[in-house]
Amino acid sequence: MAINWFKYSAPTTFYALAGKLIPWFAVAAALLMAVGLYIGFFVAPVDYQQGEFYRIIFIHVPASILSMFLYLVMAGYAALGLIFNTRLSAMMATAIAPTGALFAFISLWTGALWGKPMWGAWWVWDARLTSELILLFLYLGYMALHSSIDDPRRADRASALLAIVGSVNVPIIYFSVKWWNTLHQGSTIKFSGTSMHVAMQQAMFIMLVACWLYAIAVVLARVRSIILERERQTSWVNELPEVRA
Amino acid sequence: MNGLDIWMRENPLTYVWLGSYAVAFLIFVIEIVLVRHKRKITLDQIRLLREAGEEE
Repeated sequence: MAINWFKYSAPTTFYALAGKLIPWFAVAAALLMAVGLYIGFFVAPVDYQQGEFYRIIFIHVPASILSMFLYLVMAGYAALGLIFNTRLSAMMATAIAPTGALFAFISLWTGALWGKPMWGAWWVWDARLTSELILLFLYLGYMALHSSIDDPRRADRASALLAIVGSVNVPIIYFSVKWWNTLHQGSTIKFSGTSMHVAMQQAMFIMLVACWLYAIAVVLARVRSIILERERQTSWVNELPEVRA
Repeated sequence: MNGLDIWMRENPLTYVWLGSYAVAFLIFVIEIVLVRHKRKITLDQIRLLREAGEEE
C-alpha cells in the first residue's frame, strides 16, 4: 500500500496526524529515558580512569548528536520550503530551532561539567567546543532573524538562507577532532568496534533514542501551535473542536 | 584546589546528577511548559478572533 506523502505535507492533515502521534512519542521517550538512566547509573560499571564522572556521557553524547542532527533536519526543511514554497516545511524548520538550540546548550553545559574534573577547566577554545558554540549561535541567530521579520513568508525565506549556509558548520563539528589536534577526544564508538563496556553502550544508545523521541514529540507539539497561528483565518481551524470549545 | 573541586571529587555522583541531569531535565520541563503555554494562548487568540467575527 503506497502512502500519499503529499497528503501529509498539507497543514490540515498534518495537524491531526501530529496530535495523534505526540502521546506515543512522549510516553516512549519517558519510558526509554527511565530505562537508559537505570542502566547508566545502576548497571554500567565505574570507569577505571574517569570514575563516576564519565556518567555525564549518557546525556552529553545524545544531546550533542541531536543538536547536530536537528540542525541538518531544520536546514533540510528550510531548503524544502525555499525551493518548493511548501508551507509546512517552513513551519517545521521554525519548530525545530528552539529544541535544537536547547540540545546544543545541554551539550555545552554537560561538556563543561565533565571538562572541569577531567581537564581542570570548564571551557577551552578547542575546535570541537568552539564549533558547537557556533552551532548554538546559529540556532539563536535563526530564531532571532525569523522573529524580527513581521511577514511570516519573508521571515521563512530569510531565515532559511541562514539555516542552509550554517549547515556547513555541522561537518566541521563532527570532523573537528580529526582535522585538528583537539583536547576533545575522538569517537569512542567506531564502525571497526569499541572498547566501551556493553552496559555503557546500551545506556548511551537508549538515552539517544529517548532524546530523539522527546525531540519529535516536542517539535510536533510546537508545530501544531505554529500551524494554528498561521492558518487562523481559515475555515478548517475555526471548525476544530478545541477552537469551538 | 578550591572548595568546589574538593566537593566534586568527594561527591561525584551528586555532582553529575545535580550538574548535568537535573539541569537537562529542568530544561526539558521548561520547554514542555512553554510549548503548552504557547498552544493555550494561540487557541485563546483564535477563539477571540472567531467570536469577534461572529459578532460582526
